[in-house]
Amino acid sequence: MRMDPWRLTGLRLLVLVVAIGIWHVLTDPDLIPPFYFSDPARAAFFFGRPFKVFGTIIDWFVTGEIFGHLAITLLETALGFVVGAVLGLGVGLWLALSPTASAILDPYIKGFNSMPRVVLAPIFAVWFGLGVWSKVALGVTLVFFVVFFNVYQGVREVSPNIIASARMLGAGPRQLLRSIYLPSAMSWVFASLHNAVGLAFVGAVVGEYLGSARGVGYLILQAEGTFDINTVFAGILVLTAFALLLDMAVGVVERRLLLWQPKMSETEPT
Amino acid sequence: MAEASVPALALNDITCRFAARDGGEPYTAVADTTLIVRDGEFVSVVGPTGCGKSTLLNVAAGLLAPSAGIVEVHGERLLPELGVNRRAGYMFQADALMPWRRGIDNVVAGLEFRGVPRAQALRQGEEWLRRVGLAGFGDRYPHQMSGGMRKRLALAQTLILSPDILLMDEPFSALDVQTRQLMENELLALWAENRKSVLFITHDLEEAIALSDRVVVLSAGPATRPIGEFTVELSRPRDVSEVRMTPGFAELHREIWHAMKEEVLKAYARQRAA
Ligand SMILES: Nc1ncnc2c1ncn2[C@@H]1O[C@H](COP(=O)(O)OP(=O)(O)O)[C@@H](O)[C@H]1O
Ligand SMILES: [Mg+2]
Repeated sequence: MRMDPWRLTGLRLLVLVVAIGIWHVLTDPDLIPPFYFSDPARAAFFFGRPFKVFGTIIDWFVTGEIFGHLAITLLETALGFVVGAVLGLGVGLWLALSPTASAILDPYIKGFNSMPRVVLAPIFAVWFGLGVWSKVALGVTLVFFVVFFNVYQGVREVSPNIIASARMLGAGPRQLLRSIYLPSAMSWVFASLHNAVGLAFVGAVVGEYLGSARGVGYLILQAEGTFDINTVFAGILVLTAFALLLDMAVGVVERRLLLWQPKMSETEPT
Repeated sequence: MAEASVPALALNDITCRFAARDGGEPYTAVADTTLIVRDGEFVSVVGPTGCGKSTLLNVAAGLLAPSAGIVEVHGERLLPELGVNRRAGYMFQADALMPWRRGIDNVVAGLEFRGVPRAQALRQGEEWLRRVGLAGFGDRYPHQMSGGMRKRLALAQTLILSPDILLMDEPFSALDVQTRQLMENELLALWAENRKSVLFITHDLEEAIALSDRVVVLSAGPATRPIGEFTVELSRPRDVSEVRMTPGFAELHREIWHAMKEEVLKAYARQRAA
């Protein structure tokens, strides 16, 4: 299934254009007779209208209104990711290297992990207020477990040969931690990077949506309060675009950090 | 004179039992084995696959505490609970390089663990890369190297610390014949430079004879023990491919093979039955 890249891009754009076209046709009160809603403006009320949505987006960027909100959302994402990843790394290393602690804490970790942690958002709002930190806290609870489980797994799966070899080369416990466990665990953290960054983003937006004074989630919340469905859709599209950008950025970082790992496309020697 | 008579490595009456996974009878891998490596001696241990060769080497390295028996390193008792055998270098059967480190950083790992300044370690590392024929490949990651190159890297990683005792666990068994003979000759050349004591594990009798001063033959498991010991009197320096052509080699091979054959057949029958 090889396709000419130009053709592929063209076809992808076509899907987008068709989708927007259908959206436009079905929501324009003047274009089609109402077949589901009795009032021709009803469809637009529920689904917005693409050109108004794009207008709103362009407006946001032209007036610069969106940048402050985006900056806040991205800041919350970044903080949630970093704090969650560091905590996950630390606790993951600790539990993986301490079988007793891991045996004792095991049921609680499983419990916290199965809990739908989004329900913590109202509590965080009470604890940390409506500012940045309640969103960071939500992001942290989401990111932590992804990183934690990966690190735990990563440390557990370090080849016993490599550990024995390092010991024979004179590595003490601290050097094993620094030179063997940590790099091995980091590779698993990087492997979960897409997931973790995505969840930090979710934490930020959901947190904003549930109560905030700034951020893209707040824009959506506000627009919803005034039944301004076009702005809601505009917010969703901007969020999606940034989630994609974020994911691409993670991909770039990942490729640089995981240079040492063999790729599928490379042929493996004996 | 008394110093010279103390062996570099002495395994005395070593027994290793492994707990069975299903809680049944423990499995005795090695039983009452005594094995001596004199200072500067190259000793090979041959035995059928699964007989307990790696187990013995792990005991010698201090990585595994024997169920019974004493290990002495240059006359000092080795206690695994106090740490590994600090005078030994170990080349593992399987790949034990750190995949996240470039070649040069793998080579200097031991110096790094010992706190040698980075610049000096790198100088020594480059020198060792050159000696094992990997000059210019230091910035490659292990996965970007061939099996033979990885073995050379592991050799440099071990030898850079110039250990008194070299423990090698079938280091070349995964290599093709040509690469393998090259590596064997290189090992002999490096060994001749400063005559460390070597305990070399292999399942290949020819390799054992070609390299060693002495060959120890192990019985098939369970309860493996040495069943024969042969001194190799072939002259040094040797070329491993040429030495195989000499009449002395063929005769020794016949003699040792005769002692081994029964054990190999036993091991084979046991594997068939399992
Ligand atoms: N950690 C272990 N637990 C249980 N059995 C083991 C363990 N290590 C080795 N054995 C058993 O001991 C025997 C000898 O193993 P090994 O020393 O690796 O053999 P060799 O290196 O000669 O091929 C094998 O039957 C193996 O299954
Ligand atoms: Mg083995």
